[in-house]
Order: sequence, then structure tokens, then C-alpha cells
Amino acid sequence: MLEFSILLPALLNGLTIGAVYALVALGLTLIYGVLHIINFAHGSMLMLALYGVFFLHALFGIDPYVSLLIVPPALFVLGYALQRGVIGRASHGKDENILLVTLGLAIVMDNLALYFWKADTRTIDTPYGFDTVDLGIATIAVPKAVAFVAALLICCALWLLMARTDLCKAIRALAKERQGAQLVGINVPHLFAMSFGIGAACVGAAACLLLPSFYVAPDVGQVFVLIAFTVVVLGGMGSFAGALIGGMIIGVTESIGGLFLGESLGQLGIFVIFIAVLLFRPTGLLGHRA
Amino acid sequence: MTERNRSRGIGRRQLLAAGSTAALVAGVGGFPAILKAQAPAIKVGILHPVTGPLAYSGTQARAGATMAIEAINAAGGIKSMGGAKLEAVLGDAQSKPDVGAAEVEKMNEAGVSAIIGPFASGIALATTQAAAKHNIPHIVDVGVVDQVVTRGLANTFRFGPGLAKVVDTAIANLVALNAASATKAKTVMIVHEESAFGSGMAKTLNEQLPQKGFEILETISHPNPTRDFDNIALKIKARKPDLIIPSNYYGEFVLLARTLRQQKVEAKAIYSILGGAASNFRFVNEFEDAAQYIIDCNHWVDPRKPEAAALRKKVEDQKLFFTYEVFLNHECVRLLADALERGKSSKREDITAALTSSSWAGHMMPYGPTKFVNGQNEGAAPVNTQIIGKDIKVIFPAAFADAKPVFPMPARG
Repeated sequence: MLEFSILLPALLNGLTIGAVYALVALGLTLIYGVLHIINFAHGSMLMLALYGVFFLHALFGIDPYVSLLIVPPALFVLGYALQRGVIGRASHGKDENILLVTLGLAIVMDNLALYFWKADTRTIDTPYGFDTVDLGIATIAVPKAVAFVAALLICCALWLLMARTDLCKAIRALAKERQGAQLVGINVPHLFAMSFGIGAACVGAAACLLLPSFYVAPDVGQVFVLIAFTVVVLGGMGSFAGALIGGMIIGVTESIGGLFLGESLGQLGIFVIFIAVLLFRPTGLLGHRA
Repeated sequence: MTERNRSRGIGRRQLLAAGSTAALVAGVGGFPAILKAQAPAIKVGILHPVTGPLAYSGTQARAGATMAIEAINAAGGIKSMGGAKLEAVLGDAQSKPDVGAAEVEKMNEAGVSAIIGPFASGIALATTQAAAKHNIPHIVDVGVVDQVVTRGLANTFRFGPGLAKVVDTAIANLVALNAASATKAKTVMIVHEESAFGSGMAKTLNEQLPQKGFEILETISHPNPTRDFDNIALKIKARKPDLIIPSNYYGEFVLLARTLRQQKVEAKAIYSILGGAASNFRFVNEFEDAAQYIIDCNHWVDPRKPEAAALRKKVEDQKLFFTYEVFLNHECVRLLADALERGKSSKREDITAALTSSSWAGHMMPYGPTKFVNGQNEGAAPVNTQIIGKDIKVIFPAAFADAKPVFPMPARG
């Protein structure tokens, strides 16, 4: 049965979820855009970041939003170290090796989390966990509203960073022409690691925004990683604006689909879009032809 | 043998002489403990999903079983068998039926006398079947789906109530609660997870509730895991049912209850049946506000029995939550110990015979003495609990109740 009275709230709900999807996908698209690799460990890094936020709250009482000052920098360091110390070294410059190394890393991270923290689902309770913002047409939970605004701000900040700073001009140069970048003196391994680090930091930020309204478990990354890949493919590999628009489209598709077709069938829409994009616009909405 | 070897090594005669002397010394008074026959340990398979999506429940279940084994051993073991100790052989079904069946094979190799577990219905269907091949008596702790005991497996014994019994009791109690209330509940929305457990429950409720005068406005299913319950909460808010009946596992139940609270959805009652979190102190502790007044029809102890209070204290002293997985498994081990005491044997067929004729009344559950008919403990029944403040109270049936029901629940604002 159609529920038009709740269509607008469902649409808003889809946009709030979509913003977080976009944030997760942003890191993935950045890593792809520069390194030209699909990072299978992306979901596992999100899982680690969520545990980081959880333990900071559980052990030290640090609010997840305050963790935005701690977890993204920590993830940046982890991402940088992983690229410099493991992925870069183990791949020997071959893309297919990088793919396998990131897949291996994902398996190791997931299983270490399972060993140390068990498969238990953990949540946190914050003072604002039940607060809502009444927009007249809909009531949105405060954590979701914060996640939406913060995700948009982070997307804009990242876009500005990539457009305005020398570091990121170098990253973009590296993305377009690796050999040329090397010839003009750009430190390629350092920039590769910086890109991976920034991508990981995005995941760290997403974790801080997610945990007040979501849970963490060792397999939680798998919940998001498929969606993130769909968002990246839909928006166009390597495109920031594409990731943002893609995230919103996927969020709204999931929400409206769930409303009309039921929660189980509603998620079908996401993968129908994924297949349709691959068939009719393989470069994505804002992607460039190779 | 050369002269040199004789001088340095121990000869056959010397060895025999030394051996006989040692035996003589030991027999006379040297080491009586070594020679006195010690009753061999009885191996018990403790099989649960301690990893995978059901890990929380599996870990709780394992804790309950091992606690009971430790308590029985500390109290002198199985007295009729010379104080034989129980030895847990732990297995992890990894939340998968096929892995559960493979664990049964390993336990058979390890020589277990019986198996207790494995929490989930899907896994129980596989493990009981696998145990039947080797005639291993299998006490099912939870596994509510009725097919667990309707396949004619002589080795299967379910201590707790089955799904049909739970749903029948839940509906009967709901009708009674409604009849006693000044404002009657008429309309219902059901939210269930889509596996065999939730779907089976929804089907039965759709068949039975209209016969009792309730109108089902909508039945909503959701997958496991579900990331977001906002749309479901919005649907419920738009249709304003008197009763919300959720039937899902822990994670989804918590997310749904929190979202209902966030979206300020009001109803006369959230009436859960075998709710994943509705009779769980962890939920009450972590989300007291969202948990308030939720009613559940579920497995629970008889609150009047001192053993139940003692076990709760023991469990909480170990920093664990007192959940049904813990006490059901604790009592399943004690049920097995009773069968061993009476049967005086750790042979599988003797344990099966002792369980078949079991009439154990020493448990802490709100059941009568055990009586297995086709593997089902006929006396087993669920009770209705309600979260009131920081506690879970039994509200129905009156014979076991330690609180009056709050029905309809006050507006939560």
C-alpha cells in the first residue's frame, strides 16, 4: 500500500543515509582516482574506525563527535603506513597484486577483530541519541541530521583541498600522469601513501558520524563496502562530486524502495542501478573516459 | 650385549627388580591416589554459535553451560558414578548449520556422551540429525522451531517450549491482558525478520490473531542485518496500531526499539514474542528509555525460586548479563546430570533411556517436572515479562508473577 504521507520523511531519511554512504565512498574514489586500485580493505578500515570510536567512548567517555579530532588522523596514519609499509611494497607496482594485497588485508583485519573483540554487536548510548529535529514535514534523529551536515561539509572541504593546495595538485598530477609527475620531482611513494591516508581519514570521519545511530561488529564493513562500490561506480571512478551525488541517489533509492517494496526488496534497487550503470554508462555519471 | 653396555645401562633383570620394588612400595602405602580407580570423566559436547552473527547468544549459552558443569564438579560430580566429573568438549557452530553438523562429527570422534546446544533452530535441525547417526543424546537448549522434535529422532530432547506453544501462550496471555484492561487493543502491526523463525511466527500470528478479534493492519518483514528502521517506524506511526508485535534478533530489535522511540511512535503496547532483546538485561542497561514497558513472551526463570536469584547473582558477578541463553543452558546441563545420576552410566543409550523417563523437578524454570513426549518437554512454557524501570519482571501468568502488568503503557512523550 502506498504511503504518500510518509514519502517526504522517507526521502529525507534517504538523503541522510546517502550523505554517509557518500563519505565512505569518497575515500574509496580518492584511492581509486590516484592509485588506480580498488581497495578491498576499505570496509575493514571502516570497521576498525568504528571500533576506535566505540572504545574511545566506552573507555574514556569521549563523545563520537569529539572523536572526529582523533579517529580520522589516526586512520590517516594507519592508511599512510599500510600503503607505505605493506601495499606498496607487496604489490611490486602491479595493479593485480595491489588488489590481492588489499583483499588479504581485509581478511586479516576482519579476523583479528573477530578474535579480539568477538562477533558481538556493540552500540553506544549518547545523551542526544533519542533527540530529534522537527522539520514540520518530518522528524529526523539528531545523529542523522548531524551526520548529513557534517558529511556535506567534509565533502566540500575535501573538494577545496583537492582544488586549492599544492599537495593535492601534485596528487591530481600523479593521478593523470605518473611518469610525468615523477619527472618533475614529485615524490611518488609519499603521495601514494598520502592519498591512501586521506581516503582512510574519510572513513574515520564516517565512523564518528555513524556510531551514534549505528552499531559495530567485525563484519560491519561488509554492510557498507558493497554500497560504497556501487556509489563509486554510479558517480564515476575518481570523481568526488560523483561520489556525493551517487551516495544521495543510492540512499534515496534504498529508502523509497524500502517504503514501497518492503525492506528486503527495497535494497534490490541499489543493485539494479549498479548493473544498469555498468551496462549503459560504464564511466558513471561524472566519470571520465579512460 | 657387551660388558661396557652392561656396566652403564639398566639390564632386564635390574629393571624388573626395580619395577616390582616400586609397585610394592606404592601398594603398601606409597601413592594410593594413583592406584585407586578414579571415575573417568564424562565428556559432554557444549555446542553453540560462538562466532558469526549469533555469537552474542552463543557465548552467553556457552557461559551458562560451563558454569553448571563447574558447579556440578565442585559439588562432587556424579555421585552415583563414583564422583565422575563432567568434562566440557566445546564446539563452535559459527552460526552455520553445516558447521554445526561437522562439529557433531568431531564431538563423536572425541567420544562425548551427550551434546547440549545449539541455540538457533536452523543449527538445531542439522545437529540433532547428525547426532542421531551416532545415537548421541542431544539436549536442545532453545531451537524453538517445531520440526526440531517432530522428525521422530529418539536422541533429541528439547528442554524449553517450542514455537507453537510459545505463540499459543503469547496469544492467550495477550487476550487475557486485554480483557483485564479498561481500554482494549484492537489493531496490530507485526514487524518480523525474514528467516524461518520470524516468518513462521508472522504466519501463525496472521492465522490466529483475527480469530481472537484483532485486526492486523500490516505485516512488515526485514532482512538480517537491517541498517535502518526509520521507514518501518514511519509506516507504524502513520497507521497508528494499538499493538506493535516485533519478532527479530537482538541487533535488529534494539535498532527498531530505538527508532520507535526516536520517531515518538505511541502504542498501547509493544508486545514482543521471543523478542531478541525484550527480555535482555543488556538492552535494559544500555537503552533503558527505549526499553521501558516492552512486554515479551519468552523463556524466563521462576522468579520465586531462590536458585534463580542465586544464579543471576553469580552471572552478574562474572560481569555477564542474565539472559535466557545462560539459564536455559545451565538447566540443560543439570537435566543431563540428573539423567546420569539416575542411569548410573555414561553410555549414550543409557542416557537416552534416562532422559526419556526423566521427571526432574529440581530446576529453576516455571515448569513442572520434566516429561518428554516425542522429545519435547511437555511441561515447558514461556511466561510474559515486562521491562519496568531497570528490571525485567514476570507479569503473567499470575502464579509466577512478581509484578503487575503496565498495560496499556503510559505515553512515553
